[in-house]
Amino acid sequence: MNKIWRGWWTLLVVYYAHMVEYRAELLFWILSGSLPIILMGAWVEAAQGDRFSLDAIQFARYFISVFIVRQFTLVWVVWEFEKEVVQGKLSLRLLQPLDPGWHHFISHISERFARLPLVVVLLALFFALYPQAWWLPSFEQAALGGLAIALAFLLRFLFQYTTAMLSFWTERASAIEEMFFLFYLFLSGFIAPLDVFPPVVSQIASWTPFPYMLYFPAALLIGLPVDWGRGLAVIGLWALLLGIVNRWAWRRGLRQYSGMGA
Amino acid sequence: MGISFPPPCTRLRERIVYDDRDTARSLPLMPIVAVDHLSKIYPVAVKEPGLRGTLNHFFRRQYRSIRAVESISFDIAAGEIVGFLGPNGAGKTTTLKMLSGLIYPSSGTVRVAGQIPFDRKTAFLKSMSLVMGQKQQLLWDLPALDSLRINAAVYELSDIEFKQRVGELSEMLALQDQLRQPIRKLSLGERMKAELLAALLHHPKVLFLDEPTLGLDVNAQAAVRDFLRTYNQRYQATILLTSHYMADIAALCQRVLLIYQGRLIYDGSLDGLVERFSPYREVQVELATPVPEAKLRQFAEIESCDRCRVRFLVQRPELTQVVGQILAQLPVSDLSVTEPPLEEVIARLFTTGTVA
Repeated sequence: MNKIWRGWWTLLVVYYAHMVEYRAELLFWILSGSLPIILMGAWVEAAQGDRFSLDAIQFARYFISVFIVRQFTLVWVVWEFEKEVVQGKLSLRLLQPLDPGWHHFISHISERFARLPLVVVLLALFFALYPQAWWLPSFEQAALGGLAIALAFLLRFLFQYTTAMLSFWTERASAIEEMFFLFYLFLSGFIAPLDVFPPVVSQIASWTPFPYMLYFPAALLIGLPVDWGRGLAVIGLWALLLGIVNRWAWRRGLRQYSGMGA
Repeated sequence: MGISFPPPCTRLRERIVYDDRDTARSLPLMPIVAVDHLSKIYPVAVKEPGLRGTLNHFFRRQYRSIRAVESISFDIAAGEIVGFLGPNGAGKTTTLKMLSGLIYPSSGTVRVAGQIPFDRKTAFLKSMSLVMGQKQQLLWDLPALDSLRINAAVYELSDIEFKQRVGELSEMLALQDQLRQPIRKLSLGERMKAELLAALLHHPKVLFLDEPTLGLDVNAQAAVRDFLRTYNQRYQATILLTSHYMADIAALCQRVLLIYQGRLIYDGSLDGLVERFSPYREVQVELATPVPEAKLRQFAEIESCDRCRVRFLVQRPELTQVVGQILAQLPVSDLSVTEPPLEEVIARLFTTGTVA
């Protein structure tokens, strides 16, 4: 067990070193994820007329929470994996006695640490410009929100890594991910909090994995009422289902894999 | 032109091996690599050029089967270095991928170090390595040492083992000073050495090498060859090597496998290959005065003719007679008979249609 932890730690440290090689790219990438801040402006303006269940400050806090959650749940494994399959680079990973998925997973984790300081600076700048939106989550909100962010990342990673398995057959799994991203945009609470959706839509959404990738942790961070138990159960069920499909597709896909270009 | 194949190779459960003094002895050997009627068929999408072809390709995609490897069989004993020769597209890399568990065979069986490669069991993965000359596993922006640490973690090496092995292998490769430089700053030769170091850090018993000296200059090629020879001797590692540089094959391999259009057409010694596929000698003649080419052609096939310097290719059974005629009928000032270079033998083999 000790050897395994030591191995993971080594991978984390080396991939962290790899990620910080791209500091400028990292900053631009974080800035490109500022869409929630733009949406916040629109929703704060729209909330002036008391037509929604959230007021302007709650909208502002919601979207800044969405920004934070997005920073920790960004996943790009489908593009990386697709490239590895199409260019045959997966072969080099397959030669080693470690499932290639761990390399992707750990490099994502290490990237979180690399972007953390830049995210903190950007948040400080935001609250300096818009101090009305400042809030400090209670210990419970922070703990549950933090846990929900970790689970949201796991779910998002598992979802996209399972989509990535389609690379073995289509070689353009990223196109399918783009289609799923449409559902993600709408149902995850990215465009608008689920509280402003018609009740039927938010009920249907709550059984899909998407709200748990964004809305659920963001709502927990700002103290919106959420069904914590049901959230955990749905995350667990989707994670189990995706895990099973992922491993099945991996085994079938490897038989399909021809190591193109390798 | 039809291709005529020599009789199919017989499987060699007990084969002749050569020791360092080049003396032959017959030993019963347990193969560490056992390949039996291995085949791989790929489906490949076919597209006609032009708009119509593109639309057809979009709506009704058609595939044809490529027989990359067809029913090949061979064994390799522990500690052997075997050259794997063949023209581009002959099936060498596909075979190596099947041997290393990267792709699933269409039919036939493979065992490497007692394991079925495609099962990808940890014991198998720890016992072998595949180095592809045109692919790199080291992280481009980081020093090799960082990538090596990843490999050490993946293969569960202790810190002591890691330091000792990196020290030993980097000394053998003369690479100590480059391990702390980013990979992108290394020369091609240094990068290849670093790739070899990464591939051998876990001390694999079986090593598959696909064009390990591709693109390297003569010095770097020699360094890689020396390293492979030393590694083989020190760890009794088994090596199967493909290379387009015959110098690699000649320097390292006493046994070669020859694959052509997916079929194994030769399994035996390198000398035997030359004897079998190159039944001719090169006769170089220096003439005192120029002679018309038409007259020269009467003696034998002309390889090249540059005024007074002529190179003939002569079938071995006719060698004595032809040399006698040349000496008797031409104004010869110098004459020498040599074996054609190995490169030329192989090149003729694959291009003249007399696999020819």
